[in-house]
Amino acid sequence: MDAVEQGGPTPHTPGAKSERVSDREFVVTRTINGPARLVFEAWTNPELFKRWWVPASFGVTLISYEADVRTGGSYRLEMGHPSSEQTMPFFGRYLEVVAPTRLVWTNEEGDEAGAVTTVTFEEKDGVTLVVVHDYYPTKEALDEAIESGSTSGWGEQFTQLDGLVGTLAAGG
Amino acid sequence: MVQCLSAPLDVAFAALSDATRRGVLVRLGDADASISELAQAFRMTLTGMKKHVVVLEEAGLVVTEKVGRVRTCKLGKSRLAAETAWIEAYRKLWDSRFDALEAVVEELKQKEAIDGRS
Repeated sequence: MDAVEQGGPTPHTPGAKSERVSDREFVVTRTINGPARLVFEAWTNPELFKRWWVPASFGVTLISYEADVRTGGSYRLEMGHPSSEQTMPFFGRYLEVVAPTRLVWTNEEGDEAGAVTTVTFEEKDGVTLVVVHDYYPTKEALDEAIESGSTSGWGEQFTQLDGLVGTLAAGG
Repeated sequence: MVQCLSAPLDVAFAALSDATRRGVLVRLGDADASISELAQAFRMTLTGMKKHVVVLEEAGLVVTEKVGRVRTCKLGKSRLAAETAWIEAYRKLWDSRFDALEAVVEELKQKEAIDGRS
């Protein structure tokens, strides 16, 4: 049952794991083959960030991204889809920027209080464990995100996931 | 409805052990779909997709309804169905994103190696 290597871009890395760890918390983890300082650089340099945050398989495009990546700085990201003239904005503030180990930002595009996202980078033997931790203001907010898929704008993104789901099926 | 009573967990987890079936839940999390639409989306025969839908239906993760000649599938009412669809979609989203991040990091590594040599 071993997966056949398909000649990916880098040495094989195990897939991401995602888990609801409590009423209000959702965590995604994955290892990245490279030292933490380079992962952190790819995350905090806007020109590099633009190249990976919205992969082609999403079916959406990154229209603009501006970020002042330092504690207290803000960010704004706009995504678009060929079927719509409207863009989807995502914005918030950085609560903590600690190179090369930790980033914390708010997600303020929703009508109500959004999740706070904490990302940590932990390097071991040249490989970096990345943990993306979303902390919702209430249990109801996370329930709502799961049920409707709409909090933080992820729902709108998921409606564009057809291409990705197709890839999943074809590759499965 | 009977559907509100969640199916025995082992049946549900067996149903969820298959990547295509998890993908079907993700898809149905967006919108209801007919079996032929699902078959097309997953590049699969109608018969193959029907089998997956039956497994999901028996686990209570999907409900189907026949209107005329078309059988429409929708996400079951169980929490597990919605939660699984969401978690899987979120995971896939991040996985694609991390693949792209890793490619950028790889490039930075190579650039450093070259700069270091010169």
